[in-house]
Amino acid sequence: MTDDTPLTLRVPEPAVRPGGIPDFSSVRIPKAGSVMRPAVDADPESIRDLAYSIIRVLNRDGEAVGPWAGLLSDDELRDGLRHMMTLRAFDARMLMAQRQGKTSFYMQHMGEEAVSCAFRKALEPGDMNFPTYRQAGLLIADGYPLVDMMNQIYSNERDPLKGRQMPVLYSSRNNSFFSISGNLATQYIQAVGWAMASAIKNDTRIAAGWIGDGSTAESDFHAALVFASTYKAPVVLNIVNNQWAISTFQGIARGGSGTFAARGLGFGIPALRVDGNDYLAVYAVARWAIERARRNLGPTLIEHVTYRVGAHSTSDDPSAYRPKAESDAWPLGDPVIRLKNHLIARGAWSEERHKQAEAEIVDGVIAAQKEAERHGTLHAGGQPSVRDMFEGVYEQMPPHLRRQRQEVGV
Amino acid sequence: MPRRTMIEAIRDAMDVMMARDANVVVFGEDVGYFGGVFRATQGLQAKYGPSRCFDAPINESGIVGAAIGMAAYGLRPCVEIQFADYMYPGYDQIVSEAARLRYRSNGDFTCPLVIRMPTGGGISGGQTHSQSPEALFTHVAGLKTVVPSSPRDAKGLLIAAIEDPDPVIFLEPKRLYNGPFDGHHDRPVTPWSKHDLGEVPDGHYTIPLGQAAIRREGAALTVLAYGTMVHVAMAAAAETGIDAEVIDLRTLVPLDLDTIAASVRKTGRCVIVHEATLTSGFGAELSALVQETCFYHLEAPIKRVTGWDTPYPHAQEWDYFPGPARLGRALLETMEQ
Repeated sequence: MTDDTPLTLRVPEPAVRPGGIPDFSSVRIPKAGSVMRPAVDADPESIRDLAYSIIRVLNRDGEAVGPWAGLLSDDELRDGLRHMMTLRAFDARMLMAQRQGKTSFYMQHMGEEAVSCAFRKALEPGDMNFPTYRQAGLLIADGYPLVDMMNQIYSNERDPLKGRQMPVLYSSRNNSFFSISGNLATQYIQAVGWAMASAIKNDTRIAAGWIGDGSTAESDFHAALVFASTYKAPVVLNIVNNQWAISTFQGIARGGSGTFAARGLGFGIPALRVDGNDYLAVYAVARWAIERARRNLGPTLIEHVTYRVGAHSTSDDPSAYRPKAESDAWPLGDPVIRLKNHLIARGAWSEERHKQAEAEIVDGVIAAQKEAERHGTLHAGGQPSVRDMFEGVYEQMPPHLRRQRQEVGV
Repeated sequence: MPRRTMIEAIRDAMDVMMARDANVVVFGEDVGYFGGVFRATQGLQAKYGPSRCFDAPINESGIVGAAIGMAAYGLRPCVEIQFADYMYPGYDQIVSEAARLRYRSNGDFTCPLVIRMPTGGGISGGQTHSQSPEALFTHVAGLKTVVPSSPRDAKGLLIAAIEDPDPVIFLEPKRLYNGPFDGHHDRPVTPWSKHDLGEVPDGHYTIPLGQAAIRREGAALTVLAYGTMVHVAMAAAAETGIDAEVIDLRTLVPLDLDTIAASVRKTGRCVIVHEATLTSGFGAELSALVQETCFYHLEAPIKRVTGWDTPYPHAQEWDYFPGPARLGRALLETMEQ
């Protein structure tokens, strides 16, 4: 017999569950403009604090303040607002289309629009993103046609991916957008490999990897950080911490680590946390990290602190696992409203212009939807051919697949 | 013509391709400065520099995942997994990513990637250095799977694999690295320098993926084999005196079904041999295909001779390994039916 007390298992729980009052008092929010902006070649050891703070530019009055402000013109900010509003309008229409049975599945971005829309504008042509399923802003901010996105979502006769992929798993090399897998975290180490290839070829292009808070628990997250750290790959590794992995709160993946960004410190990778609902802050931090990569200074880890306002996908109901009003209590606000208020404070925007822009954007999305639907939806109208199912497994169709295709008679 | 071991032939294939194509890069655990635990990459880092041939962290998912990213960029990575037994952490990257990238992106991105893996038993390697996981790859749409049985084939097939536009799993029977091992573990190893297929041409040549080779022509019975089992089959035929036709498949996917079917229609009998476990092994696929294409020519049931459905053992290796005695008995039984 020993005097030891029996061991017990600790299973982390979120602060509040359905029925409770939302509580984000544990999320420490520094004042906008209060976090330093180091030189891009700063010694990673000297900027460890950035992994525990939150870089913010927009204050409560809609002003851009501090050392990370001042990078974007009025025109660029209006473009950014338009991209986020377009993504939001696009999401609304596609959610409705899914509910109408026009497609099988959809995933919206509500609350996270700034992350991908702002990041995209900091990249150069030829750079490559390795995205997850909630970064369609990378396409929209690059001008990828909405109708092509919808054709993919509908798996119709104009689907660029020939009906082979679930909705929203886009691919567009010309828009710096790597094919989305659906398996989690696999793309993170691939981004590092792409960046290593660019360095091997003495190219000037850089890569950006994307991952969610939950998927940082995957082994491939570790693989990516090891390889990026070892080879000083020109890659920006983004973690989108939207607080929820389907129904699992971020504490299950984070464990005892103070923040997700802090995971980079053990690898000697500079790690920054940024207000993911602040378009200006995301852009500024992206620029900083991308410049580091481009100057061959190595990888950067960025944790975008944001909140998933909607469901994970059209297949879950958040009210079953978190308080209904939790998104209203989220302390970093709404990215669209914050940028809108900033533009108004700058004298570069107005309520009237906003309303007008909103109407124009919705009209544009509806027009794109009508055009896409002329080419079919998942169960009606034009569809990819059965022959397309057999094509493209290999560059040259091998004999066994040809026999199977012939058996089907296509 | 120069004579080479299989390791030298494999190294020569990478050397030839690295010299011809600046997009070919080679990496894996211990492959850089040291030249690999089996010495397959010896000298390549010194010749082509550390950005073309380098050591990787011990992370197979990382090795394959990084290689996929490089292939998507436009390189032609040829990576080494130190033992096929170690590939499982990289299996998700192989199955869900490399194999499907062309398909899922409709050709927007492709994955010209070779994954070399020493495979098979016969080296007292126990369960973690002896496995033959080929069926785990042949089951996956989008992969090609190659198993050479000689230095000459190894070089020509590896060059073809590196030039291939799609991902290729290149399984190297490690017991064949230094000689044509025929399963007689109690006899001295014959060196490749004394075997015709140890003659390896200099420079660039390819053996197309998807073409089997008839190693021994015969009229009585067809043996379907690949890798080490090709040499076991040759020994069994010689020792039983059965006029067997020994087909070396060389590539499992795509499979040269025409050569297989022509042979079985001629002989009317078929024995399939592989080191891997029986249940759901590649022999099951071969057996089904032979039955589907040659049923009315068959004079005896198709027989499979394989490793047992156990983990690969250490002390009992030669009771597990399908050697010439066990295969010979199967040939005799098949002839008697």
